[in-house]
Amino acid sequence: MTATVSPEKAGPETTPTSTRRGDRTFAAIARLAAFTILVALVAVFVFLAVEGWSGLTAVPAVYAPFTSFASYIWPLVVSTLLASAIAVIVAVPFAIGIALFTSHYAPRRLAVVLAYLIDLLAAVPSVVFGLWGGRYLAAYLQPLHVWLHEHLGFLPFFGPGPPSPNGRSLFTAGIVLAIMILPIITAITREVFLQTPRLHEEAALALGATRWEMVRYAVFPYARSGLVSGVMLGLGRALGETMAVAMILATTPQTTLNVIGTAQPATIAANIALNFKEATPERQSLLIATGLVLFIVTFVVNFTARWVAGRSQRKLDR
Amino acid sequence: MSSSTMHISSPRLPRWAPGLVAAMALALAGLPAIFSGWSIVQWVLAATVVFLIAMPLWSRVVEGRRAAVDRLVTTLVWVSFGCAMAPLIWLLWVVVKNGLPAINADFLSYSMLNVVGEEQGGILHALIGTLLITLAATVLSVPIGILTAIYLVEYGKGSRAARVITFLVDVMTGIPSIVAGLFALSLFVLLFGPAYRSGAGGAVALTLLMIPTVVRSSEEMFRLVPDDLREASYALGVPKWRTIVKVVLPTSVAGIVTGVVLAISRVIGETAPLLVVAGATDGINTNLFDGRMTTLPVFIYSQYASSTPVGYQRAWGGALVLIVLVMVLNLIARIIGRIFSPAKGH
Repeated sequence: MTATVSPEKAGPETTPTSTRRGDRTFAAIARLAAFTILVALVAVFVFLAVEGWSGLTAVPAVYAPFTSFASYIWPLVVSTLLASAIAVIVAVPFAIGIALFTSHYAPRRLAVVLAYLIDLLAAVPSVVFGLWGGRYLAAYLQPLHVWLHEHLGFLPFFGPGPPSPNGRSLFTAGIVLAIMILPIITAITREVFLQTPRLHEEAALALGATRWEMVRYAVFPYARSGLVSGVMLGLGRALGETMAVAMILATTPQTTLNVIGTAQPATIAANIALNFKEATPERQSLLIATGLVLFIVTFVVNFTARWVAGRSQRKLDR
Repeated sequence: MSSSTMHISSPRLPRWAPGLVAAMALALAGLPAIFSGWSIVQWVLAATVVFLIAMPLWSRVVEGRRAAVDRLVTTLVWVSFGCAMAPLIWLLWVVVKNGLPAINADFLSYSMLNVVGEEQGGILHALIGTLLITLAATVLSVPIGILTAIYLVEYGKGSRAARVITFLVDVMTGIPSIVAGLFALSLFVLLFGPAYRSGAGGAVALTLLMIPTVVRSSEEMFRLVPDDLREASYALGVPKWRTIVKVVLPTSVAGIVTGVVLAISRVIGETAPLLVVAGATDGINTNLFDGRMTTLPVFIYSQYASSTPVGYQRAWGGALVLIVLVMVLNLIARIIGRIFSPAKGH
């Protein structure tokens, strides 16, 4: 500016003590907010444990049609793992393909728009996915159930019982989950693909590599741990996703490996959502206890995923 | 030196080769498609398979094995992108097709109170519930989120505590939404008894889901603020906290708003936690602390769960309104980010 401030006037206007007090208060508030997050995470665990504790050791009648917590949650665990496994197996190849497409294959100007389209997929609420899955996709996939049963029925996953007549099965739920976790796996995979040093890529191309050979020998080795963490984050999402599964499946309390059968075994999360309305206080505690199990499992999966990602990041920085 | 014996580069297919093969594949698959009445989806699928075989085969003959593998992978990469777009387009089309007939002025201005049988009913109560609960969650999570980001960037830089918190915020993004709902429920049940349900509980659950998104986006924005600005402020004798409030925050405000709007668009579609802790009701409830409160996603779910034609219609109508809400929020966020991006402002 034009006017210069005279030094006598500018200097002592804010006394050091008041400045320090303001600084200290503000720093304390910021620190408090940050530690609120720590407290919140611990609180999630503590409150679920407190409320769910009585659900772990209730009288057998609460667990009907089972008799203990372990036998109650076992079928839920099995179907949760099955649905998530289907989701990951289906989603990962597509996610890698799409990530490659937007990072190395698509024309540069298009790539931004296409990445945005994938983000749009992440913006669709899960209840809408459930609505679509239950009303459209299930019926559309039903013939595939029959085909799988006829040709691969000897596997425990596709037999021996008859295939679902309406397509509402763990298989369909797994496909919907795959679509839902696709954006996050794609986003993380794309990021690590883009971090490949340009020199590595250009060196590969200069040696006469085709584009695929460049990807295989320069990009993939570099992105390995990023891939692992992306897949695990996707797995974490799939394990905890509730509504899409709840709207496709019912709650058949049955342990089965058959993912296309007439039984509709719910996942842990879907079981909570489906049974909560009619739950008695004891039953409510039981459902909260299953929620605690889900929390611990997803926490461990996410923790490992982030840890792998962080470790590789540090390795790259070095 | 005869040029016929020296090949500097191996033979290549012309640039228009993939286009030609694609056209041929579509035509080839078109014949059975017309005669046995395939749908467009089946036709495109068959054409894709023909292309997947023909393109590498031609390339193998002319260009050799390595180029053929490259062509195959390129095709697969394009196909995988197409496959991911199919459900998105299908889903959006289905929602618009089924949702549009369900929406009219009454649908948006009536609640479900005393609606019986085939009567249409409305979503006003759900819209009000969504608005209130999301607003409360925003009010709770934005200060905590921004202050945490300030701590991480301005105070805790590089310290062990800051690293741990950054890591835990990342882990927190993966908390299943239903667990957040159960947490809020446990909290309120412990305080007010086992039958307690209210909108406030829903707001607490959504806060837990919103905080990580707000922290991450604000943190990123604070890091973008050049250190020159901070140092200039310090040099003028401005204390650190006033530098943060008057220099760092205003510089990054557009990015923070973008992040907050994106976070809102993420939690506005949450169903499971609200189903658990806020419950559902047919009438309008404007008190966050008293009684059940329906939100739009929960409305969609409960109408779907009723398994009646009119219920399905209401669910589709609600789904269209919800999708439009989410998309509009996303658009607003992008526009704010585009217009006020710091790179252009300086």
